[in-house]
Amino acid sequence: MILSHYLVFSAILFGLSVAGIFINRKNILILLMCLELMLLAVNTNFLAFSSFRHDIAGQIFVFFVLTVAAAEAAIGLAILVVLFRRHESIQVETLRSLKG
Amino acid sequence: MLTNLSLPTIVFYVFATVAVLSAIQVVIAKNPVRSVLSLVLTFFATAVLWLLLELEFLAITLVLVYVGAVMVLFLFVVMMLDVELATLKAGFTRHLPLGGCVAVLVVVGLVYAVSPKEFPLSQQLNLIEQGPNYSHVKALGEVLYTQYLYPLELAAILLLVAIISAISLTFRGRRRSKSQDPAEQVSVSKADRLRLVKE
Repeated sequence: MILSHYLVFSAILFGLSVAGIFINRKNILILLMCLELMLLAVNTNFLAFSSFRHDIAGQIFVFFVLTVAAAEAAIGLAILVVLFRRHESIQVETLRSLKG
Repeated sequence: MLTNLSLPTIVFYVFATVAVLSAIQVVIAKNPVRSVLSLVLTFFATAVLWLLLELEFLAITLVLVYVGAVMVLFLFVVMMLDVELATLKAGFTRHLPLGGCVAVLVVVGLVYAVSPKEFPLSQQLNLIEQGPNYSHVKALGEVLYTQYLYPLELAAILLLVAIISAISLTFRGRRRSKSQDPAEQVSVSKADRLRLVKE
């Protein structure tokens, strides 16, 4: 295993999640899941560099990214639930009350 | 190339393939439940890849925090929301070419940038096999509680804020606290305040 293996793997994962955001732009739930996938790819990149360069700072950073991602998922899903109660749907097009 | 495959490399290829295939399934699945479950599989496979780097603590954290908490939360929300499947997938084929093009561009660009030819650093760096006495948790804790103590406390506060905001957003019970409504106070009229009763 060399560093490029991990970098290529996380590049593929990142590209897939970008495609997912483009394709599923109607469904905010899948959008959130693609964001999680993107964070996973970034974390894998961090960890690969951290392990291969023997620098533990990258692992600390991944630790905090995991924390922030958990908070983000909790608040995002709470907002989603409130949104569904109000609009009866989670279509992205219905979210235009600020558009004027 | 096939002759110098070591066991970690084979494990890497197997689980990287699993992770990529299930990530594709996350993106294209018709049913949101299925894409949540595929995302769980992706996290498991990636945790194995992290284990190959001898990062036990973070791999277990990924499984416990992500699969155990975040993805279960996703699953709850998917089942609670009762979304209709047909409207969710509207425009899927319409956005497929654009999304595919962007993904191919991103992947090709990134893979070209990190390929061993263009990025010679990747061949100079090597993994060190840690001995059996090495403890990843200890190594992480030694810096986390000294050098990064202040960020750690900030992360704790962030989690507290997340708990409070998630609860207060979705709370549906009777609100016990009494508060003023300024809009109602401003728009009060004389008739609301005073009622004359004539004998």
